Amino acid sequence: MKARVHITLKNGVLDPQGRAIANALHSLGFDKVGDVRQGKFIEIDLKESDKAKAKSEVDQMCAKLLANTVIENYSVDLVE
Amino acid sequence: MKSAIVVFPGSNREKDAEAALTEITGTPPVMVWHRDTELPKVDLVLVPGGFSYGDYLRCGAIAAHSPILREVKARADQGMAVLGICNGFQIITEAGLLPGVLQQNAGLKFVCRNVNLRVETSQSLFTSRYEKGQVLSIPVAHHEGNYYADEKTLDELESRDQVAFRYCAPDGSLDPSHNPNGSQRAIAGVFNRTKNVLGLMPHPENAIRELLGSTDGRGLFKAMAEALAA
Repeated sequence: MKARVHITLKNGVLDPQGRAIANALHSLGFDKVGDVRQGKFIEIDLKESDKAKAKSEVDQMCAKLLANTVIENYSVDLVE
Repeated sequence: MKSAIVVFPGSNREKDAEAALTEITGTPPVMVWHRDTELPKVDLVLVPGGFSYGDYLRCGAIAAHSPILREVKARADQGMAVLGICNGFQIITEAGLLPGVLQQNAGLKFVCRNVNLRVETSQSLFTSRYEKGQVLSIPVAHHEGNYYADEKTLDELESRDQVAFRYCAPDGSLDPSHNPNGSQRAIAGVFNRTKNVLGLMPHPENAIRELLGSTDGRGLFKAMAEALAA
């Protein structure tokens, strides 16, 4: 099974990289671009066939290491 | 005072910290490798600057889970003094010894220069040789020094006298143009609740010689040596 983890900044947390991306897109003429927020995508191969167990394990990985929950949110998708 | 410096692959200011501790406290620190699981019996552990484990994932995140950091955390909980400088601040914050997080600088650039630093309290084992409100000149060198915590945490830090240093103008006033990284409330260094742990982004160990521009960092090492003298 694969776990796909998206890590994003919480609302209200300043995202200077996102702002720089928005500015770059504007300078390329994409003038419909509003706010841009960037984050991380992590794909993990898991030796686990039980979906519930996999979900609980990846949640722990996120809370312990992958995300800093002071400023980041995470979401997990499992793919067979 | 006996001290130890924790060294990770990617640490790069450990020799500067070693020189400062040796010269000012009179006793050379023990260097401890990141894989070690036991700390020698010391009064202070210094976590130095650098790019521990390449700062992969987030600055300090991987170092925060190394075997030696578990030991540092356990001793800090028992009251041992811990000083985290720059990457060391990021590491002990990721490890949960201090509140908040250090984000990328608001200006997206690596900042390397001397900054003005206002001492916010002299009531600690780290800052007792300074006056409250005193302005120091200390260098910074970082890309992720933008201190962030939610409003409630920031209010608590202020009400418990846990803010150690703020970035300021030369006259000590707070001015956004003198905040090098966009830190919330211009915070450059914070204590834990019991004030035996200090983390700061600027490098006091690089401000101990006139030849290099400032000796304002000496007071921090003198204060520790006095407070932790056996």
